[in-house]
Amino acid sequence: MSAAEATSAIDIDRSVGDFSYPESHEFDAGVGLTDKTIDYISGVKKEAEWIREFRHRALKIFRDKPMPTHWASDDLKEIDFDKIRYYLAHGQQPTRSWDDVPDDMKETFERLGIPEQERKFLAGVEAQFDSEAAYSNVKESLQKEGVIFVNSTEGLREHPEIFRKWFGKVIPTSDNKFSALNSAVFSGGSFIYVPPGVKVSHPLQAYFRINAENFGQFERTLIICDEGSEVMYMEGCTAPKFETTTLHSAVVELVAMKDAKIQYITVQNWSANVFNLVTKRGVAHENAEIRWIDCNIGSRLTMKYPGVVMKGRKARGEVISIALANDGQHQDTGAKMIHAADETTSNVVSKSISVGKGRSTYRGQVHIPKHLKGCKNNTECDALLINTKSKTDTYPAITVRGNQHATQHEASVSQVSEDQIFYMKQRGLSEAEAMSLSVNGFVNDLVREFPMEYSVELKRLIDLEMEGSVG
Amino acid sequence: MSIEISDLKVNIGDQPIIKGLNLTFPKGEVHAIMGPNGSGKSTLAKVISGHEDYEVIGGKITMDGVDLLEMEADERSREGLFMAFQYPHEIPGVTNANFIRAALQARLPKGEELDAVAYYKQLYAEMDKLEMDRKFTGRAVNEGFSGGEKKRNEILQMAMLKPSYAVLDETDSGLDIDALKVVSEGVNRMRSPERGFLVITHYQRLLDYIVPDVVHVMKGGKIIRSGDKSLALELEERGYDWVLDETAA
Repeated sequence: MSAAEATSAIDIDRSVGDFSYPESHEFDAGVGLTDKTIDYISGVKKEAEWIREFRHRALKIFRDKPMPTHWASDDLKEIDFDKIRYYLAHGQQPTRSWDDVPDDMKETFERLGIPEQERKFLAGVEAQFDSEAAYSNVKESLQKEGVIFVNSTEGLREHPEIFRKWFGKVIPTSDNKFSALNSAVFSGGSFIYVPPGVKVSHPLQAYFRINAENFGQFERTLIICDEGSEVMYMEGCTAPKFETTTLHSAVVELVAMKDAKIQYITVQNWSANVFNLVTKRGVAHENAEIRWIDCNIGSRLTMKYPGVVMKGRKARGEVISIALANDGQHQDTGAKMIHAADETTSNVVSKSISVGKGRSTYRGQVHIPKHLKGCKNNTECDALLINTKSKTDTYPAITVRGNQHATQHEASVSQVSEDQIFYMKQRGLSEAEAMSLSVNGFVNDLVREFPMEYSVELKRLIDLEMEGSVG
Repeated sequence: MSIEISDLKVNIGDQPIIKGLNLTFPKGEVHAIMGPNGSGKSTLAKVISGHEDYEVIGGKITMDGVDLLEMEADERSREGLFMAFQYPHEIPGVTNANFIRAALQARLPKGEELDAVAYYKQLYAEMDKLEMDRKFTGRAVNEGFSGGEKKRNEILQMAMLKPSYAVLDETDSGLDIDALKVVSEGVNRMRSPERGFLVITHYQRLLDYIVPDVVHVMKGGKIIRSGDKSLALELEERGYDWVLDETAA
């Protein structure tokens, strides 16, 4: 592939994630998507026959489903599935030792601060470079307790008795066009199992890095928290700035058994050419809790509506999200809360910031059927507009049947006024610093929900975005 | 060392507001500007500090010889100019402690970090002088503040930023007598040979507490009369029309 070699050498810009290294992939499924692509991927991964069949079925569903442009952005039409590369890998197993990671990847992740973070505060790390994990490690004490933290390939191969039961069950292949696409070509992502009663005190983290142009990253994550167990999982995503479209389309399934707790934290900082189309959903059994904490910065178009199906009595679901849409970006995000048992509780807090010509859309769905009793939902969406060209829409769909439930919905739109900026400038802050501070103030109460290390990173990302948005 | 304003002409849209104003206030002195509503006093404060809504169509403003009109509002601030706002703005979600800290940080060379321990020590000391509760540091800037709290906050910011020149725009408005005393004492503590003040007020009352060296009367976009503090008392007694009549005569 000559295009593979064409990518120029180290390319550093102001943002930490914006650099890339020359590609040298041993395994490359080529450009475009056919049955052969699927066989190639499945072959390289030496997969069981049922997985290969699962992929082929998914490809058919993907082809049959139309683009969801009847309700979503027409921008989706810009994705040319025939020009995307679906699988790129260096053909080596992820190593457990940092020293064994190939030099260019090591350097990439070191610049992104991964090994440092692992030493400081993480219980386990997985670092994915294009299609496959380059490094994955979990602290020995957790392994002894039976915690499994591996990539999807390894999970399906080594622990089918645990993962097969739930794989593709929370989010069926046919859920939407992009979940079908992911099911056809998935590679990488994390598979986590936490045994009953085990409370993982430090976060597990995955880092997803796109390094190649015209590439599609399709990681698949499945987290199962058995009875009474707890885990916090964090993912960070970056890509360099390429001239052409890059696609990131993940599927993330969570299962929280009785009394279990899962917190799933995302900080994405995609470059402005990435289409980020992700399906995330969790099932919470009796008295279990699932929290999605989601921060969407960057990308050309993000469509992401994390959901929780509250299947057992007293289950709780929460989505806390921050979206920042800068010039030329569209953050189309929201939440889905499906109440399917009595006394279930859901909470959605969404804050979006639109800068310049940036556009933010909130889509929410809350569903409480008639036969249930004592369900509660709280939805708050706040939008902040910076300058008059930016746009924000809210589409909340709250379906509550029966009269034994409590729901409330609040929405607000505010603006950073010129006088507010002037006040801050008079105290010596530059325009970018003033805007940054206003934005940080707006999301402040949500940022506190992030672990400290991430809230610092978040603040830095917001500063960078605001710096770039002022001429 | 002074702020010098010469033949300043300012419009809002097509409407002339300041029409050839001359004023000099040096370091070490407190100058007061008094005038009836609509005389252009607040416009003057905003033009000195660099608000972009006002179009300067003529004249000059210099600070210690440096052309202020060439600078953005934030540069003027970092050069040592402070304005206490008549209506301080709210900044939702940003705490007072973080805001003042960001303002001080903006004055440091790139790469240098403000010493957090020393900062809080100084902040608490200044807050004590202004009789402000410690809880204040964690509250969002001016959000839900009473009129008195907002004005104290302006004086606190001034005390922390230690400007060379401070313009106080109607700082007495909305203050009860106790708050007026605390705020005035805050200003008086900062009077020094190294600092100049321009106090804009509608009422003489404030000048009982912040005693000015010079009083200017502004009307119709110009300074129409200047004198010592007795001028303020005379204005109080005889009203602005008296100056106008005098000037006309």
